[in-house]
Amino acid sequence: MKSMTGPPRRVLAWSAPALLALIVLPYVVPPYQTVLLTYGLVFAIAALGFNLLLGYTGLLSFGHSAYFGMGAYAVAFTVKYLKLESMEALLLGGILASGAVAALFGLLCVRYTKIFFGILTMALSQVLWSLAFKFFWVTGGSDGLRVPTPTLLGGLVRAGSDKFEFLSHRYYFYVLAIFAICVAVMWVIVHSPFGQALQAIRDNETRAEFVGVQVWHYRWVAFLISGIFTGLAGALWVPLNGLTTPDILHWTFSGKMVFFTVLGGFQTFFGPIIGAVIYNYLETYAVGHTVYWQMVLGIVLVVLVLALPAGIVGTVRRLAVRPAKAA
Amino acid sequence: MDTLVVHVLNALLYASVMFLIAGGLSLIYGVMRIVNLAHGNLYAFGAYVTAWAVGRALGGATEASFWMYALLPVGAIAAAALGAVLEPTLLRPLYRRAEEYQLLITFGLLLILEDLMRLIWGPYPLQASALYEGLGSLTFGESIYPTYNLVVIVIGGVAAAGLWAFVYRTQFGVVLRATSQNMRMAAALGVNVNRVYVQAFTLGCFMAGLGGSVIVPQQGAVLGMGVDALILAFVVVVIGGLGSLEGALIGALLVGFVREAGITFFPEVELAVLYLMAAAVLMIRPAGILGRA
Amino acid sequence: MSVDILKTTQLCKSFGETHAVDHVDFTVTGGEVLALIGSNGAGKTTLINLISGLIPPDSGRIEFQGADITRASIHHKIELGIARSFQLVNLFDQLSVHDNVTLAIFSREGRTRRLLSLAAADTAVRDEAVAVLKQFGLDARTGSPAGGLSQGERKLLDVAVAYALRPKLLFLDEPTSGVSTREKAPIMDIITAVVRSGGITAVIVEHDMDVVFTYCPRIVAMHQGTILADGTPDQIRNHPQVTANLLGAQTA
Repeated sequence: MKSMTGPPRRVLAWSAPALLALIVLPYVVPPYQTVLLTYGLVFAIAALGFNLLLGYTGLLSFGHSAYFGMGAYAVAFTVKYLKLESMEALLLGGILASGAVAALFGLLCVRYTKIFFGILTMALSQVLWSLAFKFFWVTGGSDGLRVPTPTLLGGLVRAGSDKFEFLSHRYYFYVLAIFAICVAVMWVIVHSPFGQALQAIRDNETRAEFVGVQVWHYRWVAFLISGIFTGLAGALWVPLNGLTTPDILHWTFSGKMVFFTVLGGFQTFFGPIIGAVIYNYLETYAVGHTVYWQMVLGIVLVVLVLALPAGIVGTVRRLAVRPAKAA
Repeated sequence: MDTLVVHVLNALLYASVMFLIAGGLSLIYGVMRIVNLAHGNLYAFGAYVTAWAVGRALGGATEASFWMYALLPVGAIAAAALGAVLEPTLLRPLYRRAEEYQLLITFGLLLILEDLMRLIWGPYPLQASALYEGLGSLTFGESIYPTYNLVVIVIGGVAAAGLWAFVYRTQFGVVLRATSQNMRMAAALGVNVNRVYVQAFTLGCFMAGLGGSVIVPQQGAVLGMGVDALILAFVVVVIGGLGSLEGALIGALLVGFVREAGITFFPEVELAVLYLMAAAVLMIRPAGILGRA
Repeated sequence: MSVDILKTTQLCKSFGETHAVDHVDFTVTGGEVLALIGSNGAGKTTLINLISGLIPPDSGRIEFQGADITRASIHHKIELGIARSFQLVNLFDQLSVHDNVTLAIFSREGRTRRLLSLAAADTAVRDEAVAVLKQFGLDARTGSPAGGLSQGERKLLDVAVAYALRPKLLFLDEPTSGVSTREKAPIMDIITAVVRSGGITAVIVEHDMDVVFTYCPRIVAMHQGTILADGTPDQIRNHPQVTANLLGAQTA
């Protein structure tokens, strides 16, 4: 990941048409497809957050469902207990809740690396999951909490009578805009001096310390930002789903985030985004075909690790570079 | 007084099983510096295989014949066999790579095993309660305590002693310890490190499988038990230190007693107390009480 | 300057039964370049690890420019002006050569806290990094990932990163180890030139006695955790205990 002034030409070259395609999409495909892609974009935001920790700081978390879930439940609570309808208020609630939990869990987790870190994150998210059941009178237990469609832009945009139409048009553009902002912000963060410090920590913790970077402070901040991005994704997810349940706090959901980040390739910036979107399609179409979806994921993950450690985007990049070098 | 004895026995029961699982995890880490995220699933696998074997042996009967108790280790042996296959195929290729890949691949393994058990045995719990009831119960004072639980506690104690003897008193144990302390040196001295690794891994899986096998008559085999066990085993090794068998024993005992106290007095926060204990230990002494980081 | 920049008093560190550093009194004068020699296990790297903050001492005192830094954190010591390079090269392998150095500069300037500005946009830092790399003869490799350099280049980069912190006191742990004999002199020439022009006090751990005698006006010899001898190259060459314990076993 070399430094550069602004995104390299290559990236700008294909992101412009990609963005154009995304903008035009709702007008050319059936609404179902747009809503499906909205889920994909939401997961992509979660993947961006997740990969700040994995790809850039070298920390593999198996408990990111905690932040996605906190974001989602915060939205549900804000609607149910604070009676607020505005998406902006809900997003703020989601960010604050996931941020607070990430700050706390981060304090516990970032002193440790690798194994301890991984299992500790998993254990903490399981605690949240069990709390969602224990305090069922607050969280709705296994039934979860229903969330009505919120209003966008401070009440200017309302769902109206056709919820599906709202989701496949206005909500889609809302999510797309936030997605674009998230991508831009994360891009700047990873290319900032702070981002360089994180990568240094990833590459050589001791040397980072000896260059004056206080390793666990920086890890904590990365953890916090990562949790907030993932929490934001969780908050955006709820209105799509209409409902939040404890499932999204369970470690299996964390596993999905790990999976799609690795699928796309965690050594690149855009890999996790692509991985998340592709995964969303895979899951939607494959879940209908087999009950043993977890096993499929597991097998693919094993194959990825053994054969394609660079993930999809990473491998494509390598293949693209090789012919150029040969020429 | 009687209730106190019952509580102590319950704690020891839990500690026995936790020692087997966590001890296996610690042994593997101590020798190979690997944490197998699917370790809990090997415990579950052992439970399922034993329950299945007992079920087959019973046929339709409800009373267990004495010879059926000999089936208990079947799960442990199956788990060991599975481990012996997994290490050379999935883990060995990754030793030279960054640790993240180990975690990722064992996580994939966790997903595969979870669904594999569902595929083979279905989504409903499998019982072997005939073995549990078959031993009856002991009465002392005003309390009744299932004899089977006492058997498990004894097995746990025997396993701890046996393992200690194995690691510290046998030739293989010496090789094991040498390899764990300095793999390169051991290899230079002619130790077949690959063989030691697969043997250590198999032993660790055997222990986990044994934990599942002995507890399945009491609580049945159910999907998801693997991950719950993994997290608890982790709490044990955090407290006792990863890589230390003595630490696994101490951690298991602590966890067993704290959990029993927790369930008795504050049933709602049982799980939280254990995690808090683990978090506290991690903050104060990151290597655990007896661990080497 | 003849002011003591560093002073250790009765510094001790043991690992189990081994007294790696045994009641060491070690003083360094500001601006000097000295070599720290001794056979493997003599305690040289442990001494550096203690002073630089990687490990805490069992007992004794360390003073830097008069201030007590015995138990100070690594971060604090770096802020005060102590830096080090490593025996086994410690670099950020996936980052470019350029970024390895810019990171040190950003850290020095306290700019690593900046999340929302592009690292690449800070031209002052980038230019300074290029200047440092030029001094070390690495400007041709600016864009390559650090992991792809030759051993000699990596050793130089390791020192360059420490140098970019603009330290007052620089510890160099075997800066020419693993490098072919031909390359040693050029590397040492660069290092001593850089150190001298920056007015940096340098303590160089070295095994190669040719390098030591050529480049270091003061030599401190350690053996089994204590300082055996401390003097000019001539004094050291003729010191009976040094020749017995160390020089006989040295390979050039």
